Amino acid sequence: MQDLLYFSQQLINGLTIGSTYALIAIGYTMVYGIIGMINFAHGEIYMIGAYTALIAITGLAALGIAWLPLILIVALLCAMIVSSSMGWAVERVAYRPVRGRHRLIPLISAIGMSIFLQNYVHLAQGSRNIGFPALIDGGFNFGSGDGFQMSLSYMQITIFITTLICMTALSLFISRSRTGRACRAVSQDLGMANLLGIDTNRIISATFVIGAALAAVAGLLLGMYYGSVDPLFGFIAGLKAFTAAVLGGIGSIPGAMLGGLILGVAESMTSGYLSGEYKDVISFSLLILILLFKPTGLLGKPEVEKI
Amino acid sequence: MAANNFRHALFCAFITLIISYPIIGFNLEAQGINVTLTGADATTIVMVLLAAVIVFLFQMFREQIMGGLKSIPHPLPQSNKEPMAENRRAKIESWVLTGIVVLALFWPFFVSRGSVDLATLVLIYVMLALGLNVVVGLAGLLDLGYVAFYAVGAYTFALLSQYTGISFWLALPIGALLAALFGLVLGFPVLRLRGDYLAIVTLGFGEIIRILLNNWTTLTGGPNGIGGIPDPTLFGMEFGRRVKEEGNTSFHETFGIAYSGEHKVIFLYLIALVLAVFTALVIRRFMRMPVGRAWEALREDEIAARSLGLSRTAVKLSAFTIGAFFAGFAGTVFASKQGFISPESFVFLESAIILAIVVLGGMGSQIGVVLAAIAVTILPELAREFSEYRMLIFGAAMVLMMVWRPQGLMPMRRIHIELKRQE
Repeated sequence: MQDLLYFSQQLINGLTIGSTYALIAIGYTMVYGIIGMINFAHGEIYMIGAYTALIAITGLAALGIAWLPLILIVALLCAMIVSSSMGWAVERVAYRPVRGRHRLIPLISAIGMSIFLQNYVHLAQGSRNIGFPALIDGGFNFGSGDGFQMSLSYMQITIFITTLICMTALSLFISRSRTGRACRAVSQDLGMANLLGIDTNRIISATFVIGAALAAVAGLLLGMYYGSVDPLFGFIAGLKAFTAAVLGGIGSIPGAMLGGLILGVAESMTSGYLSGEYKDVISFSLLILILLFKPTGLLGKPEVEKI
Repeated sequence: MAANNFRHALFCAFITLIISYPIIGFNLEAQGINVTLTGADATTIVMVLLAAVIVFLFQMFREQIMGGLKSIPHPLPQSNKEPMAENRRAKIESWVLTGIVVLALFWPFFVSRGSVDLATLVLIYVMLALGLNVVVGLAGLLDLGYVAFYAVGAYTFALLSQYTGISFWLALPIGALLAALFGLVLGFPVLRLRGDYLAIVTLGFGEIIRILLNNWTTLTGGPNGIGGIPDPTLFGMEFGRRVKEEGNTSFHETFGIAYSGEHKVIFLYLIALVLAVFTALVIRRFMRMPVGRAWEALREDEIAARSLGLSRTAVKLSAFTIGAFFAGFAGTVFASKQGFISPESFVFLESAIILAIVVLGGMGSQIGVVLAAIAVTILPELAREFSEYRMLIFGAAMVLMMVWRPQGLMPMRRIHIELKRQE
């Protein structure tokens, strides 16, 4: 019984982290699906989302507003707007001019952008990590009094529900809306979509904006969950999310969701049963192994190299 | 058109405000567990507004500005002079380079200790950048975990000296060979991957090495690092005030001169200089050997190169291993220079800096890479008040270089014959 409780606790923790990874991973996978580049600066956009949310929360608290749902919604909206604008601007400045050049050029440009954004926030907000107020506390406890207690906090439930809403909204958007259909068309064949009168530049911008908005949601959620943010906050999370995207098959949206969950669980099992320090090693090793043995990921389509 | 332009410009200016004002205009301050928000001072806000105005004006008059920039005559007008014959140019170039190296040999005796120390660091970066240049510039493999091999070299020396008391001169080849071995072992499976996947895998590998160094406390001392790494000796002569090891003599006593801490610094500088020149010469040779041509061929067109019978794995692996070898070299020198190493010195940012050097200098171009290494290391020292902006400028420079001049400041020149144009 104890073991089972401990296991379920790790599972819950893993699914919580994993669902936020999935939110970030969508940004990677959509961009990769459409223009075939790794948006290295995506982790930084997520970090900026977290910072904006924190600024909004602190600002509202200073104004004396204490009604929780209002605070959360305003923080979420602010984070999404700033991050999406950032995503749009990054694409415009660093990626559009180099689109279609040799593969390494956009990637190096993206790395430069990532360093730039990291230091932008570092200079503006300092390098120290800043505490994120725990707005949602408390939760359910399971298990007998003296043994191991499994807990499911309200925060974790919030993360699940928010992620679920975002994923559903995204799926509906991609499958039903006009822009979503155009997104799918562009990811299948950019040139053909262009010929058929789709404004591909606009669709590519839209992809960046959507990815950034979801990353901002993840930024708010994970900021509250971990309880602090710092300018390097986005780097590792971005790598993890990229791993999740690759795991699920890069370019595939359901794959990103699945990959995120699997990665989150794998990580929390490692820290639960082995050691917390090695959880990053596990996820990077997982990334290397997948790329070596199944580069298309779980749900990805094999890529045929044409001459 | 004008109205459209205006709308676009307004939109861009608005976006500029959105992405800069909330982050720059408000400062979060942590006091204990409480976080307070303060507005930035007036100058910052004016700067933000100014940025938005500039973006607006630029977008509004984009075509005019771009047209104006194009009409400015090129600062170096194409001379009508006959270009120098290739072999004559090469001869002059090699004389100039030899002159610079000779100058560099005598230079440390006339300057302060601090600048010699800095110059040693520059030379370490030169070695690293030359090594990465083989991997990224010549073979076209984006290696984001290059710092891992640097770490292998440094830790090999540190650990061996701690446990077996090995000397610098023995550790130098061992560190380099071990780093090369790491490159070989890592490269073998991953080189099948396509460019951008390779980049991420090498990045993951670099992080794994760093995390292992950080957590394997019993062997590496974890975050505390390893100290007491010995200085190099000159034929058994030590540079310390007192001889530490049995059988060694001290440099200043042998030559009967007064002890000075500068001897050691200058000696290290000279070692780094010799090694950097060695690195440059060896890689220069490689570039002209069949394997060097194969690197470039594979970078330019993998399918064509393979259909001509080049073994993809062997060619890529050779580039990867050689790059790793020189990183190991640099790592050993670094460990000896610092006397203390910790995982702090081998973070991803270090890989990014080395990559930035290669990119700024011009991928594949040795002279460009050397100049960029010097510039990137020395400029922040000269402009200390801007040192906190160093990485910001780095990032921006990388983006701008990719957008405007992806071939780098001093692009690689291929030895080639030009046909004379028939009028």
